Amino acid sequence: MCLAVPGRVLEIEERDATRMAKVDFGGVVKDVCLEYVPDMKVGDYAIVHVGFALQRLDEESAKQTLELFENLGVLEEEFGDAWGKAARDAGAERPAGTGLPPLEGAEKEARS
Amino acid sequence: MKYLDEFSDPVLAKRLFDDIRAVTTRPWSIMEVCGGQTHSIIRHGIDQLLPEEIELIHGPGCPVCVTPLEIIDKALEIASRPDVIFCSFGDMLRVPGSGRDLFKVKSEGADVRVVYSPLDALKIAQENPDRQVVFFGIGFETTAPPNAMTVYQAKKLGIANFSLLVSHVKVPPAIDAIMNSPDCRVQAFLAAGHVCTVMGMGEYPELAERHRVPIVVTGFEPLDILEGIRRAVRQLEAGQHTVENAYPRAVQAEGSPAARAMLSDVFEVTDRAWRGIGMIPQSGWRLSPKYREYDAEYRFSVTGIQTEESTVCRSGEVLQGLIKPHECAAFGKECTPRNPLGATMVSSEGACAAYYLYRRLETPDKEASSVG
Repeated sequence: MCLAVPGRVLEIEERDATRMAKVDFGGVVKDVCLEYVPDMKVGDYAIVHVGFALQRLDEESAKQTLELFENLGVLEEEFGDAWGKAARDAGAERPAGTGLPPLEGAEKEARS
Repeated sequence: MKYLDEFSDPVLAKRLFDDIRAVTTRPWSIMEVCGGQTHSIIRHGIDQLLPEEIELIHGPGCPVCVTPLEIIDKALEIASRPDVIFCSFGDMLRVPGSGRDLFKVKSEGADVRVVYSPLDALKIAQENPDRQVVFFGIGFETTAPPNAMTVYQAKKLGIANFSLLVSHVKVPPAIDAIMNSPDCRVQAFLAAGHVCTVMGMGEYPELAERHRVPIVVTGFEPLDILEGIRRAVRQLEAGQHTVENAYPRAVQAEGSPAARAMLSDVFEVTDRAWRGIGMIPQSGWRLSPKYREYDAEYRFSVTGIQTEESTVCRSGEVLQGLIKPHECAAFGKECTPRNPLGATMVSSEGACAAYYLYRRLETPDKEASSVG
């Protein structure tokens, strides 16, 4: 949770008088608030933490960091299935109401 | 055993290791404050590849790990209420309270939801005006500005059914507390890069001067960490104690002025208990009086919490750098990621989880390492 992930701004819009963007994190696209780095433009890279851009980053640094985070599994942790991970760690099924199907296949194997 | 070819740029990594080796003449203990740095150090075996004289001490910089048991228990009680939708980051799901965790509470029927951003929780509040939506606001200076902005937005948009359960902590008072401890062995700090992205470096010169300790602002990637260590060792060998920025691509001296302004509007500094460590004066934030109505602790009178900490878990000593995870008798035996006794075994940024994940079950054998 504490790590911030670099992403590329795809589009920008005003929402509820707030500057928001669609940001691409190596294939995963999320809504991101730009209020703390208001001069971001489409195509720019930023360090993003829990849905907020915190600092502009150059493209090369951003791409290197994204590649490293993907190798470390950080992207899966940040954007992946937290209930599935918690269920595997607990040796249990996902609780009802998560909107996700029961664990199966590789997910279940990863539990053991 | 770890090898240099695991680094993204093995040539540069070798050069950094060689330089560290060349300047090191005697033993030094350096604390990496941030749990993300700890994870990266253990994953890449940096501690095993360094000269024998350099000891890395793992610091308290994991927000999940230091959130006090009492707040976890309050979260569990609030989440159990039928009128509440409780929103959290995913890494809090299995942090043990006094006997249960958010995962178990959800299994028992509570409406617990994992969100990517606090703004997602605010959106859930907008979509569910007849329910109370509570967001678990934990974290260091990196996470506090997003949560502050979310409360600001809730007030601006008049969203009354949203509140924040706040347990934010600040890094510099923790560094101060560690240096003030009579058992302290830390001689230099690698400061947490992304914390400084927000806060800048202004809080550190006074700390470095008063404790005569070098502080190097450092990123998370293996080469960033090596560069941080290199600079720290050079200062130690030269008898210096200044603040250096080894992460300039992400950190500017003044940090993020907009984020800092929002922090001081929405939050006020307060004393805060750290799990496993205890009370550290002026080390946390709570909502300022102007936003107190959005404080879940005020909204839900959660009282009569009787906390019960594990009697065998030594995570407090791990968090202060006093012992390594494998020095705890429970490590890897009754305490595992499946049955964690403490938060340091749950969080991926926790030192115990990193040691367990990368099979550091015994004292590292430096002689078995190779620098290629």
